[in-house]
Amino acid sequence: MATKLIPKELAKKEDRLAPGHRMCAGCAAPIIVRQILTAIDDPVVITNATGCLEVATSIYPYSSWRVPWMHNAFENSASTASGVEAAYRSLVRQGKIEERNVRFIAFGGDGGTYDIGIQALSGAVERGHQFLYVCYDNGAYMNTGIQRSSATPFGAATTTSPAGKAVPGKQQFRKDLTAIMAAHNIPYVAQGAPSQWRDLMQKARKAVNCGGAAFMNVLASCNRGWRHKTEETIELTQLAVDTCYWPLYEVENGAWRLTYRPKERRPVEEWLKRQGRFRHLFRPENRHLIDELQADIDRRWESLLKLCGEA
Amino acid sequence: MEPKGWKEIPIAGMILEAGNSVEYRTGSWRAFRPVRGEAECIHCFQCWLFCPDSSILVDAENEKMTGFDLEHCKGCGICAAICPVNEKVIKAAGEDLARDDPRLCIRIVEEGKVEE
Repeated sequence: MATKLIPKELAKKEDRLAPGHRMCAGCAAPIIVRQILTAIDDPVVITNATGCLEVATSIYPYSSWRVPWMHNAFENSASTASGVEAAYRSLVRQGKIEERNVRFIAFGGDGGTYDIGIQALSGAVERGHQFLYVCYDNGAYMNTGIQRSSATPFGAATTTSPAGKAVPGKQQFRKDLTAIMAAHNIPYVAQGAPSQWRDLMQKARKAVNCGGAAFMNVLASCNRGWRHKTEETIELTQLAVDTCYWPLYEVENGAWRLTYRPKERRPVEEWLKRQGRFRHLFRPENRHLIDELQADIDRRWESLLKLCGEA
Repeated sequence: MEPKGWKEIPIAGMILEAGNSVEYRTGSWRAFRPVRGEAECIHCFQCWLFCPDSSILVDAENEKMTGFDLEHCKGCGICAAICPVNEKVIKAAGEDLARDDPRLCIRIVEEGKVEE
């Protein structure tokens, strides 16, 4: 029987990610990895796209992974997972290894998923490999020094979309990767946040048990890139959920369902003003950009509610 | 870890021990330190759940939070920020308490200023 999703019960299991990794203090990515791997009781094999998580957990001669783990290249975490999964099933069929209900999980940041790895991801899920792809979305290439990605929110200052006199931060709205993955018509797609840990763990369990390809997009704050205090990680991911910038939902066999509805919807301004990357938006000449971002969030939220039948 | 010569290093630079990063002490990065305060811990394990560095020590069998792994804790302060007892104490005090206020359950104290 699956371990109950109660912290005291979960703490009895071995932590699959060892401490001593070189992720920054207060980073959300290892929190997400710990929560997801703790939720899954079966043996797992991990593949990892290039990124903070890969680099910081595998600095030679150390590894933080207590489970089989493989890094290949930036763009092919999903193809690597699909190859490992296919090899495993073949060996089981040939009777060379025992069926142990192994779960295959690919981790990638938003750079390695939204941009560089999207064709590998799209191909792997289309081929129907039974694996879970988890994107921890911190909204920029944080590992190489905060360059914009297609996940970076509108208006955010990064080193390649700097806020200055000519350009007030990123000028494009972010790509909705979760919806793109839902359009693949795979059995399970979800969006989660570590602040809602039980929701995230339930989604991870559903994802690995869905019988096919699954995708989860998880919001990860990065205090270096978002410019906030290290202890605010969880609070700010929750605020992103409560402002509907990052709604929590799942798409199970084509059925959209909202898994968390904020008790009181907060204006996006409350989330923006807590982060240094949006500081320039509060200058009088840039205030209209906040309204534009709010309008975009409202539009996406309304269409999500319609899809979920809650409008 | 002792430095090794080329004859002792496994072929292809393989790391043979899974999770051996525990030998690497990230605790030396720390500028702030989590310390137990006066308010009694309710052993809810929220800090364990949200620690990025697996640095909350628990006695899982007896379901007790027992302290902090200061060899790996980087001092981010998430444990204190999400502690529900801290939240209660702050609410009862009716004011924003300093992070190192002794009335809290988990306090965040500057490294050089740890009493003990």
